[in-house]
Amino acid sequence: MKKSKQFWPFILLAVLVYVVIQVLISTEMMNQFYSNTLILIAINIILAVSLHLVIGITGQFSIGHAGFLAVGAYVSAIITMKLQLPFAVAIIVGGVIAALAGLIVGIPSLRLKGDYLAIATLGFAEIIRIVFLNIDAVGGAAGMQVSHLTTWTYAFVCLVITLVVIVNFTNSRHGLAAISVRENEIASDAMGINTTYYKVIAFAIGSFFAGVAGALFSHNFYIIQPSQFGFLKSFDILIFVVLGGLGSLSGAVLSAILLTIVSTYLQGYPETRMIIYSLVLIIVMLYRPKGLMGTMEITDYFKLWRTPKGGSQHGK
Amino acid sequence: MEWIQQLINGISLGSIYALIALGYTMVYGIIKLINFAHGDVFMVGSFIGFYSITVFGLGFFPALIISMVACALFGVIIERIAYKRLRNATRIAALITAIGVSLLIEYGVIYIRGAQPEAYPNIFSNKTFSILGAQISIQSVLILSVSVVLMILLQFIVHKTKTGKAMRAVSHDVEAAKLMGINVDNTISATFAIGSALAGAAGVIFGVYYTKIDPLMGVIPGLKAFVAAVLGGIGIIPGAMVGGLVLGVVETIVSALGFSLWRDAAAFIILILILIFRPSGIFGKNTREKV
Repeated sequence: MKKSKQFWPFILLAVLVYVVIQVLISTEMMNQFYSNTLILIAINIILAVSLHLVIGITGQFSIGHAGFLAVGAYVSAIITMKLQLPFAVAIIVGGVIAALAGLIVGIPSLRLKGDYLAIATLGFAEIIRIVFLNIDAVGGAAGMQVSHLTTWTYAFVCLVITLVVIVNFTNSRHGLAAISVRENEIASDAMGINTTYYKVIAFAIGSFFAGVAGALFSHNFYIIQPSQFGFLKSFDILIFVVLGGLGSLSGAVLSAILLTIVSTYLQGYPETRMIIYSLVLIIVMLYRPKGLMGTMEITDYFKLWRTPKGGSQHGK
Repeated sequence: MEWIQQLINGISLGSIYALIALGYTMVYGIIKLINFAHGDVFMVGSFIGFYSITVFGLGFFPALIISMVACALFGVIIERIAYKRLRNATRIAALITAIGVSLLIEYGVIYIRGAQPEAYPNIFSNKTFSILGAQISIQSVLILSVSVVLMILLQFIVHKTKTGKAMRAVSHDVEAAKLMGINVDNTISATFAIGSALAGAAGVIFGVYYTKIDPLMGVIPGLKAFVAAVLGGIGIIPGAMVGGLVLGVVETIVSALGFSLWRDAAAFIILILILIFRPSGIFGKNTREKV
């Protein structure tokens, strides 16, 4: 796990990508459509990576991620629109409140396993959505107007921070403990690892970044409505993680990029998009149940002679 | 007597949930899979009933039977194509596939016939009669009796026939059942067929009772029926019936108290409470996990 060697090259690459795209946007060589797609890709990568931490690393199957996205979106919208505070504050507060929501949801429900956990998270996400639907101060079903504040700079900085935090978490002692929970919860319990603690921590961090993504999301779309955060949104995030590989960060990033581009082009045909998505999901699960990249990272392909980390997903 | 009327409404709604929940609970009992596509089988059943009534001019009972048969076939096809290979896969893989199948059915139907809702034809008169001052429609009585008959039929199949015995054996221990010469694949298919037929019946009943159907109608009743199955103790057939009725009555009470927007939340709050405090459900027995 000598990730420190990869850290500075990664930052350098990030700065390079940022500068190139920022120059393209500010000189208007890149039009609104492309810059919007890039912001959307950044938001989706944040979502994918935050769910990857919960499902891929810790092995807790959550299908209610859109609930935390909704918390971040609404809380940040309240902060900028009602309290007139700056956007950066809104992003952080949105993330923190989403993390708190993650703790509240996670502490009781992470005692459950597998299918039951999935249903419980789905139920919580629905409850969060219904709560926002019933609060008149945020517009109820009609939704809430939000001014457009998300820029490429905000989206990219949040994206880099998310990636750095989640990669470092994964490679730390805590991350190893989380992976051991994924591999075999009973065994890691027997080794003296506080499994509940690590599950809740991973869930809260995942929720924090979902909240950050929510803040970027709401300030990118002018309006937020509870119906945007339903089960289908959770499913959209889930497919990023599943397609990329359960346990592969770069897989989640790549599939988020790919699927965002695909769905941008299929925007006019929502049914076709959903049919393609669901077929992809079924076929991937039937023929490659670990996702396209399994637990491999993209860097592993460059050095195949080293033993791939992670290992199998058996034992659940 | 307002509350008797509400109670009847709640029981009618609850019996629809119970019919769907039976399919969930039977499938879960036998292969430990949450069949997310079950709510969509319910939707397909509703549409089959709708088309047999409007296009072919059939009455309620022929439409009900056609819908049940078609859904049974549909359920078996889903099982054979998508779930059969996943018997030995991880639970997460199976669950994701089930979600995929569910979305495929929903958007496949939208793709074929569009997303617009349909109004179910009014096949029963809207006559009501009063018992103890409550106005009870003939519809709700009929719906209730159809559900009760179907549940009794199910109990008969499960407890008195050879297939039912095989189903119980497989849900108890797949390996042992196989060693005793039970054809496990056929038994699982039979379970899917019966569960899906009940969902199809629930679809037709739902259409007649609520009159409006659309391709995404299966999502919320499907989830709620799952809640009902968990509430009663998943894998336990009488549990699903009781869970469905309880859920229907609770929802009606929440609506009647003036919180109709919170109605959907009530089901999920029940789900979470039951999962936290009694994960094995009302009728379930606590089992210890073996390493």
